[in-house]
Amino acid sequence: MADILHQLDMEQARDDLPDFAPGDTIKVLYRVREGQKERIQVFEGVCLVRRGSGMGETFTVRKISGGIGVERVFPVHAPTVGGVEIVRRGRVRRAKLYYLRGLRGKAARIKEKRTFRPH
Amino acid sequence: MPGLIGRKIGMTRVFTDEGRSVPVTVVEAGPCTVVQVKSQDSDGYEAVQVGYGERKHKRSARAELGHAAKAGLDAAPRLLREFASEQGGAYEPGQELTVELFEAGQRVKVTGVSKGRGFQGVVKRHGFAGRPASHGHPMSRTPGSMGPGTDPSRVIKGKKLPGRMGGKSRTIRNVQVVRIDSERNLLFIRGGVPGSRNSYVLIRK
Repeated sequence: MADILHQLDMEQARDDLPDFAPGDTIKVLYRVREGQKERIQVFEGVCLVRRGSGMGETFTVRKISGGIGVERVFPVHAPTVGGVEIVRRGRVRRAKLYYLRGLRGKAARIKEKRTFRPH
Repeated sequence: MPGLIGRKIGMTRVFTDEGRSVPVTVVEAGPCTVVQVKSQDSDGYEAVQVGYGERKHKRSARAELGHAAKAGLDAAPRLLREFASEQGGAYEPGQELTVELFEAGQRVKVTGVSKGRGFQGVVKRHGFAGRPASHGHPMSRTPGSMGPGTDPSRVIKGKKLPGRMGGKSRTIRNVQVVRIDSERNLLFIRGGVPGSRNSYVLIRK
């Protein structure tokens, strides 16, 4: 019976987002509705965590805006998330980067992930 | 209008076009068969008896098989339930009822047997507050006073006390059908529904 649930989730799940992981710097294109008009808001920052499974999966993005840390949580499968662009891949050693909250400036940097590409 | 018998599959969420997340319970409802139509003349009240699922032949009593055969069924239904119907309702034995009985957006009642919690105290069972956990209070989740003293010299009936919790038939009303999937006989009902996964539920208008 749980198979039906899984199947339903698979049908509704989106597959248009790139494969991003915690540590990556990403741009989230968020659809905002203002009255009748719809426009796209960009939220760029470091992905701290992806959590949950199925339709309930979310990811958290952190950026420093005007010297203040700002975090937003987006549902992966919500239609209001118009898209995600990967700006930079980060090399991190854990799945939840909550430790970044206590760091600022130089200390909060993340090394870029180098992937081997022949030629 | 009769209702449907179904099985609770579990919960998930769906997103509306505006991006709002809606929690839903998925119920596999029907297809059900009208097994018997009761009328004022024959039984003294108006109702439609509906069957769901199939019982193995060797586990069915002959009376059940005979009853099912009247509706043109080969196997006895696993579950029979009655739904009150209006007079002169156009239902025939053998007629099949599917999720098409409902439509998306409609408000329905859902009945199920709630999860059994066993013998529970008064805090969990009736929402009593218990005593504060800190600031020097003794640990306590007791029901406290039983009521007035010498005058009635008894405990008033219906006093909320510890006891068996859950495992009772419960109906939630005015819940919205968010979506129907007639191909797989699925109903998406907004919010929770009484009972555990795989338990039977009745859906009525």
